[in-house]
Amino acid sequence: MNLGTPSTLCRDQAVLRVCGLSKQYLQRRPFSRKKIAVTAFQDVSLAIFPGKTLAVVGESGAGKSSLARSIALLERPSAGEIELGGKNSLARSRKELFAMRRQVQLIFQDPSSALNPRLTAGEVIAEPLLIQGEGTGAQRRLRVLRLMEQVGLDPAWERKRPLEFSGGQRQRLAIARALALGPRLLILDEALSNLDAANQALILKLLAQLQAAHALSFLHISHDLRLVSEFADDVAVMYQGRIVECQTAGKLFASPEHFYTKELLASVRSVESILLERSA
Amino acid sequence: MRYLARRLLHSILLLFAVSIFSFAILQLAPGDFFTPIRLNPQISAHTVAALRSQYGLDEPLPIRYEHWLHSVSHGDFGISFAYGTPVGPLLAVRARNTLLLTGTSLLLAWLLAILLGIGSAAHRGKWSDRAGAMLTSSLLTVPDLVLFLALLLLAVRTGWFPTGGMMSAGSEDLGLGGKWKDLAVHLFLPCVGLVLATLPPLLRHVRSAMIEVLDAPFVRAARAHGISERRVLLRYALPVAASPLITLFGYSIAAMLSASLLVEMVLSWPGIGPLLVDAILAKDVYVVVGAVMLSAVLLVAGNLLADAMLFATDPRIRMD
Repeated sequence: MNLGTPSTLCRDQAVLRVCGLSKQYLQRRPFSRKKIAVTAFQDVSLAIFPGKTLAVVGESGAGKSSLARSIALLERPSAGEIELGGKNSLARSRKELFAMRRQVQLIFQDPSSALNPRLTAGEVIAEPLLIQGEGTGAQRRLRVLRLMEQVGLDPAWERKRPLEFSGGQRQRLAIARALALGPRLLILDEALSNLDAANQALILKLLAQLQAAHALSFLHISHDLRLVSEFADDVAVMYQGRIVECQTAGKLFASPEHFYTKELLASVRSVESILLERSA
Repeated sequence: MRYLARRLLHSILLLFAVSIFSFAILQLAPGDFFTPIRLNPQISAHTVAALRSQYGLDEPLPIRYEHWLHSVSHGDFGISFAYGTPVGPLLAVRARNTLLLTGTSLLLAWLLAILLGIGSAAHRGKWSDRAGAMLTSSLLTVPDLVLFLALLLLAVRTGWFPTGGMMSAGSEDLGLGGKWKDLAVHLFLPCVGLVLATLPPLLRHVRSAMIEVLDAPFVRAARAHGISERRVLLRYALPVAASPLITLFGYSIAAMLSASLLVEMVLSWPGIGPLLVDAILAKDVYVVVGAVMLSAVLLVAGNLLADAMLFATDPRIRMD
């Protein structure tokens, strides 16, 4: 097992550093007052560096999305530390936490349910600015229009509702919203899984451009190793709630060490070979 | 606007269908208002036949329906056999009383359902939510009749509330404030009965609709932006959860109207309920049809109102 050994980990100035993070949910047993603890993930340690992408891969139920929610502080972890900007986020005051939220933003798997259906595209993008009390109405609108342009949406569509956009356009809208506060880290929680191959490629290209332009860091939660191989600098493999292997993408795909990583890669290759055989 | 026009047309057709159906059903029922009179040896068969002819009961159903439609256009809704007066004015007074009771109860039930439902959803799984669930489950298991009889018993045993009517004897001499107070005291128990009868399902729907929205990724995204819990509940979750609840609002009018018939009977509220039951027992056909039509109009109007609210508040409907 190899933990925390990608090349980037030896560098300092991590955007985010997670140490020994664990999350347990208490579940009530049916017809009983007793509660059982269900572990979502345990003792997770990670570091994400400026302008880099760390992918967390693993099968469904491995605890990837719970980890993403905990890092975004949408759920309080049971143990561990989340260091953002050199300070443990879990020890911050409410006011500090409110300000800190600008630095980490989330993009969800299903863009349809990730956008408030009652708001217009412009309102959706302005929403985080409004919540954080940033700028006047006119300033916010200007920023909205600029963000729409930046993600490849026509600013003339600012009054359209999310339902009037296609799946790919909705994900662009979600990206524009996530960028509104100028975050340092974007958590992509299976953000490309619901898109078709063509839209996946377009959104990947957009994310890469944004990363280069803003020195954005990405935490890419995914079960799709082919996407990860194209996009990530480092890859952490999650198995039964634990990180079992963390390597640079090149090294992990070339010489996986943990048996589960080997199984994951083998399954991708077998699917690819089946597809190749069929096409032949 | 086409959506609303279509809904209005459906409603008018539905009201026609209800009137035809009511007429047909009442025709199938054995006997009529004058059947008991036939048993009286002092009244000749000729007199009974003349009375039936006078009220048009010897005519075929389509002709009677046509006459009734004609009287509807004059606001009469036929003539009551028992009261000997047009049904329209008779129903108008009772309808006002029923509307006062059901309107107040509907408003209170929804207000409580929204407040308690939001509270339950916000404190999901906590003791207050579980206590609320237990209370609503208990209320759901109690039949409406038992609930209303228990309220009647409370009024009789304690003497704190009047056991029936809308105003006390001699209330005509009271000032405006006194009259309102007297009306509120009489309204209290029937209103509590209706609210308790209709609140549990409404509260559960509000709670589950809110929970569904609170779990939605767009709410999680707003939380990631640092939104306050109060704003999440009132500005984000409630407007989105409102669409299914507005649809439910239309249905809740039907539930409220049917429960009001019973509460009016048990707690002697002078609404449509007692009038309808008396009319059914006496086979006073036009009063029955008039009361059924009035209930149908209220129900259809409530659903139309719900449709209009949905149209105004939900952009997804407007897109269709």
